[in-house]
Amino acid sequence: MPEAHEMSANPVIRIERLYKEYVTDAGSVPVLKDVATTVMPGEFIAIMGPSGSGKSTFMNILGCLDVATSGTYLLNGRDVNTQSGDELAHLRNQVIGFVFQGFNLLPRASLEDNVALPLIYSGIPRAERMVRANEMLEKVGLGSYRRSRPNQISGGQQQRVAIARALVNRPKLILADEPTGNLDTHTSQEIMALFTELNERDGITIVLVTHESDIAAHARRLVRLSDGCIVYDGLVVHAAPAHLETTS
Amino acid sequence: MIGAMLSEAWMAMGANRLRTILTMLGMVIGVCAVILMLAVGQGAQQQVQASIASMGSNLFIILSGSTTSGGVRMGGGATPTLTLADAQAIEELPSVFAVAPSSPGTAQLVYGPNNWSTQVIGTLPSFLTVRDWRLSAGFPFTDSDVRSATRVALLGQTVVRNLFGDEDPVGKTIRIRNSPYVILGVLGAKGQSLDGRDQDDTVLVPVTTAQRKLFGTQFAGTVRFIMAQAESAEVMSAVEKSINELLRQRHRIREGAENDFSVRNLTAMANTAAETAQVMSMMLGAIASVSLLVGGIGIMNIMLVSVTERTREIGIRMAIGARGKDILLQFLLEAIIISVIGCLIGVLLGVGGALAVSKASGMAVLITMASIVTAFVVAATVGIFFGWYPARKASLLRPIDALRFQ
Repeated sequence: MPEAHEMSANPVIRIERLYKEYVTDAGSVPVLKDVATTVMPGEFIAIMGPSGSGKSTFMNILGCLDVATSGTYLLNGRDVNTQSGDELAHLRNQVIGFVFQGFNLLPRASLEDNVALPLIYSGIPRAERMVRANEMLEKVGLGSYRRSRPNQISGGQQQRVAIARALVNRPKLILADEPTGNLDTHTSQEIMALFTELNERDGITIVLVTHESDIAAHARRLVRLSDGCIVYDGLVVHAAPAHLETTS
Repeated sequence: MIGAMLSEAWMAMGANRLRTILTMLGMVIGVCAVILMLAVGQGAQQQVQASIASMGSNLFIILSGSTTSGGVRMGGGATPTLTLADAQAIEELPSVFAVAPSSPGTAQLVYGPNNWSTQVIGTLPSFLTVRDWRLSAGFPFTDSDVRSATRVALLGQTVVRNLFGDEDPVGKTIRIRNSPYVILGVLGAKGQSLDGRDQDDTVLVPVTTAQRKLFGTQFAGTVRFIMAQAESAEVMSAVEKSINELLRQRHRIREGAENDFSVRNLTAMANTAAETAQVMSMMLGAIASVSLLVGGIGIMNIMLVSVTERTREIGIRMAIGARGKDILLQFLLEAIIISVIGCLIGVLLGVGGALAVSKASGMAVLITMASIVTAFVVAATVGIFFGWYPARKASLLRPIDALRFQ
């Protein structure tokens, strides 16, 4: 872990001795084993690892969608394990912005309604919701599509809408689970440029999961998972290494 | 927040329009059936009560006899055993308010070119008291008419309509069995009796006139039946007992021998009829409630399907910050909207249907505000109750499970 991050203020994420097991008919299967890490504000981290290495589970726990079997997870200084369901919902709403591989927009709602959705759950009045949703759509370059439906725009555009939705509540942290997994190379680069801009200009902390090295190359820190353990945590090596990820 | 949720619920319903309408239809039919059945049941009940009121209150009818002649029992009314003197004696009993002996018969009536066959009852002026019957025109005949057996008559509304049309009958002379009778007055409208007869199709004449001039009697002074009115409902059984004792004494019936008359408590019979109508009304309501219940289960069924279908959407919403109660509220709102709109349409159709039924079949219907409000409240409650379970199921999903659902 780079020394620089330990010096700045409170970490956004602090994880110690994190274990996660899934209970199946065949017995319990360990997915994460003794994971520990700290994410400081303003970091841009890529998590890589082969299929089954536990990176998606790790993301879900980071996003408070799933709970760890044991261990400590402090999000923004709060112990996630002691939070009630409503408090976790509040964290997801206020602290975290999610970007999914499959975009996960509501198909029947217009783009501005999709972007405004998290604001409904923050109890923000309609007029302000619409203003902020449209600001975000402008920011991701889709201001003129506000009344369109998700199925009327391209995949890259849909992911931009999803990013706008993740940003609309001004979160500290963006969690992106294979955000470019369904996009072509060119569009992927555009999306990654957007993430880079958000990180560098707005100082938003970004954690993204990917299995493509050239996507991970946009990050500044790389965490490599294998078989439920962190096997590498350090700077992104820009030249494509020999053990290039090929699985997904 | 509620506004946003309402518009979302509206959107979700619009996305599955046919399904929403079918779900609503269950509610519509349920509410419609309840209101219609209650209207028909209460209408029948009201009709019975009106008939009872038209009959007069606290009434006995004393019929002349089942006599036994050489071991052969003759049945009620076979032998004229009651007389005017019996009626007078009954009137002197304590707690008896009024007594009206009656000698009915059928006769042909003629006025000008019109003729009409109807029931002519020979009775006393007290008949009007006993039956609580008012005149709509003219005057009743008097005790002096009875004493001198004058040829005077009071006509019921149906008779007036058939003989006179729009003409005013008071003071005119009609012929009953070819003898002239002066019309003194017209009876007010009574409508149907409990057994469905038209009570207005009748003519009243003094009892003596009927006995001596119109129908004749087997023995002097006999009447077919005597109506007696007790002073109040509380003394009914005491009066019944004393009438029995009095008549047994007057008719010299030995201890152990059968009565040659029978006393019937008309009010008790009427109450039975009223109770029957009420039970009917409740039965109809109960049957209709079943369809309301089925409608509610329909809502639950559709909402469960909807929750399953939209599990992924629930997951997305939870991932961006929806709490369990937000999801609960969203699905509950859909159930509420469906059941409330369904109820409203059901009320409109039910009221319209009841009016149409009464118009088409002449059946009496009674739509009360209470039945509408009851149907509405019960239906809305059923809808929301059955919508609550699926909504709660949705709200308890774990975000990760909902999001992974395919």
